[in-house]
Amino acid sequence: MSVGGAGAEGLPLPLREGVGGRGSYTPDPSPQPPPSRGGGVFAAGRLARALDSDMLYSFRRSPVAMLSAAIALILVLSAALAPWIAPHDPMDLASLSLLDSFKPPVPMDGSDWSNILGTDNQGRDVLSAIMYGMRISLVVGFCSIIFAIFLGIGIGLLAGYAGGVMDALLMRVADVQLTFPAILTALLVDGVIGAALPRTMHDELQIQVMIFAIGISLWPGIARTVRGSTLVERNKDYVMAARVIGVRSWRIMLTHVLPNVIGPVLVIGTLGLGLAVLAEATLSFLGVGLPPTQPSLGTLIRFGNDFLFSGQWWVTIFPGIALVLLVLAINLLGDWLRDALNPRLR
Amino acid sequence: MLAYILSRILQAIPVLLVVGFIAFAMFAYIGDPVASMLGQDYTEAQRVALVHQLGLDQPFFVQYAHFLWATLHGNFGISYRLAQPVGSLIAERLPATVELAVTASVLAFVIGVPLGVYTGIYRNAFLSRVFMVVSLVGVSLPTFLLGILLILVFAVALGWLPSFGRGPVVHLGWWSTGLTSWAGIKALILPAITLGMFQMTLIMRLVRAEMLEVLRSDYIKFARARGLTARAINFGHALRNTMVPVITIVGLQFGGIVAFSLVTETVFQWPGVGLLLAQSIAVADIPVMSAYLLLVSLLLVTINLVVDLLYYVIDPRLRVDRGAARVR
Repeated sequence: MSVGGAGAEGLPLPLREGVGGRGSYTPDPSPQPPPSRGGGVFAAGRLARALDSDMLYSFRRSPVAMLSAAIALILVLSAALAPWIAPHDPMDLASLSLLDSFKPPVPMDGSDWSNILGTDNQGRDVLSAIMYGMRISLVVGFCSIIFAIFLGIGIGLLAGYAGGVMDALLMRVADVQLTFPAILTALLVDGVIGAALPRTMHDELQIQVMIFAIGISLWPGIARTVRGSTLVERNKDYVMAARVIGVRSWRIMLTHVLPNVIGPVLVIGTLGLGLAVLAEATLSFLGVGLPPTQPSLGTLIRFGNDFLFSGQWWVTIFPGIALVLLVLAINLLGDWLRDALNPRLR
Repeated sequence: MLAYILSRILQAIPVLLVVGFIAFAMFAYIGDPVASMLGQDYTEAQRVALVHQLGLDQPFFVQYAHFLWATLHGNFGISYRLAQPVGSLIAERLPATVELAVTASVLAFVIGVPLGVYTGIYRNAFLSRVFMVVSLVGVSLPTFLLGILLILVFAVALGWLPSFGRGPVVHLGWWSTGLTSWAGIKALILPAITLGMFQMTLIMRLVRAEMLEVLRSDYIKFARARGLTARAINFGHALRNTMVPVITIVGLQFGGIVAFSLVTETVFQWPGVGLLLAQSIAVADIPVMSAYLLLVSLLLVTINLVVDLLYYVIDPRLRVDRGAARVR
């Protein structure tokens, strides 16, 4: 802890002074003021310091957190590096052969090691399809939750800091939206945009539409949390001081209040990433998500579903397992983060 | 009490008006009904006549009022996809969805509460840990994937239960039910488990958490000191006091049942309202979407209202402000 270190360093100074007497005091450059912990500290610095001490300690003490972090890391890396490490390119139609279709996964009869998890009806390697699919799932998930966080922080800060009519209005909107389950909101927004856009633009814009729909469905929870913490921070002395010296409202909000309310958002954001990935998979499974040209995990599961009755279970079950592992790892990490950031739970 | 009820109802009305406005905006501005009704060849006079006939030349708020009036009379327009009135389309599919949702909720409650009590009382038992891990998987497993797994095991591999549809259906007046025959009940089992699983894990975790809290309280210690039987303490005193928050949360979570009935109905091709919506969204059938939005919001607002009132009825200690704080 940096506070303890600064205190211990500072301690010998008066002692030396006492021993040597007033006259023998030589100006010593060593007594540096302790690093400022006040208002102007940015989230990045705080995060680095947090990672330095308590967080890392709690992380190393929690086997669940380490295991889920490892799984998440493996899945994210295999998705990010898919074009280089995937055994086949599922998007390359020329390399597919119908002769290879419906090869079972490895321990079964008729399988071979070049397609460890088997192949689908077009002879596509299931493992490679999962890696590429997870790439799209993660991109949509990350972008949606970041969109939701920006929206939620903006609206929450504004509502909490401005108060009054603005607060009542914005929170009423959030309440109304919270009445609806997020997945239903995302579905309807997706459907309405789909109806409003011309048919020809559907496939190319579908990723953006999904990000918008899922992001819109997740903002109220974040906005409420940010508003709650902002209401607390707004009345603290440092905000009052900033106001007195004439700092503009938007500057106080962004550089003083925001860093102090960002902690809970980190937790909601992590758990929200799990929700966003699930929402994307659900919409794609329902057939209103990503088109077959950009198959995400949900799209893969939907296609595989058609072959369930003819016995080719691996086409749908393996993408399903990948999805569950990904979401479970994200959720467990989010739970751990919530406990680690909440000092009351220690 | 009366003032409280009235204020809750008055708060619900603006919500419904806003949702009605959104539904109207979807209806009025997305897609061009005039162009699709006129076809290829038309004169300007025909177009103007049709616009007038549909009331599209009226001021905005007059159109909105007309829309609300028609909606209140159960007239939701014509489905683009099926060319039938949306009101009757939904009415004929509603029994299937209600049967599925009610069965799933009952199942979740009947299994979830005992499991929650058990894991709450014997919190360190091996079986409790197993239940907790399973419930974690239940929370993380997407509904559609659970449905696919159940189909794979019980329909494809074992062949015990049907994997799609509702089985034979008996019509009783305007209601149709599949519960009168064994085949109909068998068809209901897998979808109901799929839909109820998330609620079940939720109820179980809630009851467990509340039990843990209540069992630590003084009156339980006092009941033990009096020498009451474990059964009287656990069920008569502890469980009873966990029920208020559980019923509230379950009521508020009903929206989840509605939303995921859509997913479940798609997996099992269950002929309900959710499947209708999923099919309509895929082809941008706006009238069905706006009618669904209106009906679901009416349902959810009503449920929220009922839960608020139940709160007041069940526990008089809870005043309005504290009540809001306890609904996490």
